[in-house]
Amino acid sequence: MTETLLEIDGLSVDYETERGDLKALRDISFDVRKGEIVGIVGESGCGKSTLISSILRLTAPNTRFRQGEVRFKGQNLLQATERQMRDLRGDDISIVFQDPMQTHNPVLSVGQQMVDIQHRSSASKAEKRAKAAKMLGAVGIPDPEARLSQFPHEFSGGMRQRIAIAMALMSEPDLLIADEPTTALDATLEVQIIERLRELQREMHCAVLFISHHLGVIAELCDRVVVMYAGAVVESGDVREIFHNPKHPYTRRLIECDPGHIKTRARVLPTIPGEVPDLANLPGGCIFRDRCDQAMDRCAQEVPPLERLGEGHLAACWLNHEEVSA
Amino acid sequence: MSLLSVSDLQTSYGAVNVLAGVSFDVAPGETYALVGESGSGKTTVIRAIAGLAPAQAGSVTFDGQEIRGLPERSFRPLRKNIAMMFQDPVGSLSPRLTIGSLITEPYRIQGMKDRDLQAEAKRLLEMVNLPAHFANRYPYQLSGGQARRVGVARALALEPKLILADEPTAGLDVSVQGELLNLLNDLRERLGLAMVIITHNLSVVRHVADRMGIMYLGRLVEEGTTEDIFDSPRHPYTRCLLSANPEPDPDARLERIALKGEPPSLLNRPTGCEFRERCPFAQDVCSQTPKWEVSDGHGLRCLAPLS
Ligand SMILES: Nc1ncnc2c1ncn2[C@@H]1O[C@H](COP(=O)(O)OP(=O)(O)OP(=O)(O)O)[C@@H](O)[C@H]1O
Ligand SMILES: Nc1ncnc2c1ncn2[C@@H]1O[C@H](COP(=O)(O)OP(=O)(O)OP(=O)(O)O)[C@@H](O)[C@H]1O
Ligand code: SF4
Ligand code: SF4
Ligand SMILES: [Mg+2]
Ligand SMILES: [Mg+2]
Repeated sequence: MTETLLEIDGLSVDYETERGDLKALRDISFDVRKGEIVGIVGESGCGKSTLISSILRLTAPNTRFRQGEVRFKGQNLLQATERQMRDLRGDDISIVFQDPMQTHNPVLSVGQQMVDIQHRSSASKAEKRAKAAKMLGAVGIPDPEARLSQFPHEFSGGMRQRIAIAMALMSEPDLLIADEPTTALDATLEVQIIERLRELQREMHCAVLFISHHLGVIAELCDRVVVMYAGAVVESGDVREIFHNPKHPYTRRLIECDPGHIKTRARVLPTIPGEVPDLANLPGGCIFRDRCDQAMDRCAQEVPPLERLGEGHLAACWLNHEEVSA
Repeated sequence: MSLLSVSDLQTSYGAVNVLAGVSFDVAPGETYALVGESGSGKTTVIRAIAGLAPAQAGSVTFDGQEIRGLPERSFRPLRKNIAMMFQDPVGSLSPRLTIGSLITEPYRIQGMKDRDLQAEAKRLLEMVNLPAHFANRYPYQLSGGQARRVGVARALALEPKLILADEPTAGLDVSVQGELLNLLNDLRERLGLAMVIITHNLSVVRHVADRMGIMYLGRLVEEGTTEDIFDSPRHPYTRCLLSANPEPDPDARLERIALKGEPPSLLNRPTGCEFRERCPFAQDVCSQTPKWEVSDGHGLRCLAPLS
């Protein structure tokens, strides 16, 4: 059994708004073990970025932690001091934000920023610059030395993403959290970056929490997958189980909708009809009910619990319950 | 006749030649996809078309009118017909404006005072499947995908003839992505909307684009109908790109044609074929410079094309 690195335990987080509390995360629990790559998928707005900003405690001012714990190496981060968090973020945990401009300071050259993040190292300025150039080269930026003096806006979108990844890796973290880090990369580079991440993960035994809408990338990179819907975990399990044997109707629909599965040209692409429920005004029963084509009476009354269905495979759907009890 | 015609477009930043002559045409109602390596100049092409990046040479005509190098003042009325969706959704939204004012800003910029902005905001939000109360939110209160949909609503506000869309589906989940592409397809059928779409998502290209161009180091290296390119790519770079698309299946961890080496330096462009050092199919003849050749509507820049 490998050691657990990060434990999310019953985490519930709200955003206070003038329309009332928006229940962005509800009773989220899952683990990331040492050296493991865990993918998080789920519809836009389901709370993925909220989850990782909560882990890092980099949340918007209207965020309210209602319940639960986030433990990193056993320490509850929700109780840690601001100072402890700052140390952790620069050292043990690195992050690649969804919007690379959130990482980059627009008025500092990329080289300066990459030197600055090595402030804990005792190396000389020249050595730090050399390391920065080496990392830029490692993520496929041509002319790395010459480009160190350029500013973020002088790089292409995909380059900015790669620079953000390079910067996150410089501290050799135990946990890398990456929010949609490859959206601006073409397929060859995406694969190259994924391979780089895998390599690195093996070398440094670093765990990765990887958020992506690109199911192809998740399938390619991850060991385990957590599927979120409207602020809750609806299914989680081994990557093969999730893709080949999904146990929640939402997961199934998500995979069916992936255009990567549709080999002939379709003018109308499949979608999941209906909308995500209003998080400020949640319906009772199963949160997926309005959009589920297999909904039963019971689904309107009771919230399906997240149940263990097999080796490490969890799902929250009454259909499985029927099967189990039958 | 073409709605948009780009011919030998060139852009340099200082000594760095980012676009080394790009040419393509887009017919009314047509969707043209630009794909290619990160840093190959795709964003620069559409920014230059929209007058947002410099273009030192070449020509861009829209509806028959030359628009390259127009001063901003003359460009403004054109923006009614040419809309842009930016690659970076949150960064392109001004943080101090509410979503409602952001998506109706195009009406104000165009001086369309007769519009009921509140009603328009509601209509546009509905179109991109966001609830009406989002009109009162600020950009930081949106998720990444929601911000992207706001960018789409804003681009569609004036019902343009041409949309220049930079990675419009990046960061969208598959269902919303499908919805957005269906919406764009619908608009193009109803309004004859033409589109240049940059995307690294090849599955998206296959489903929406009529034709596609593949860029490498500031030039097109191949162009043709989408079916043609997917069925029989002839340029080795295209072949590598298509074979790399990650499949949504953990057991498919792939038969790929590896792309060797790093992207070359723009400061010191390779001689001969610029893809030569990384090309798995390079031959002696490739030390010469390949020319752009077109046969049966399939354009190619390669001395030893694949069959
Ligand atoms: N500061 C905030 N105040 C109020 N609501 C917010 C705030 N930040 C996010 N939200 C809302 O919380 C929900 C979850 O947002 P989050 O950014 O976590 O989604 P996400 O899963 O990362 O989506 P995406 O895939 O689109 O990035 C969304 O409905 C979003 O609009
Ligand atoms: N304002 C600028 N100043 C200097 N160089 C620039 C500027 N804008 C872009 N470049 C350079 O031009 C080249 C092409 O950039 P561009 O953004 O067009 O690439 P792209 O094909 O859109 O890449 P991506 O897929 O990563 O978004 C890159 O090398 C980039 O660094
Ligand atoms: S619990 Fe019912 S409504 Fe919910 S996903 Fe399962 S079948 Fe559908
Ligand atoms: S010209 Fe030669 S090196 Fe260039 S792409 Fe064709 S085969 Fe490869
Ligand atoms: Mg997000
Ligand atoms: Mg770009």
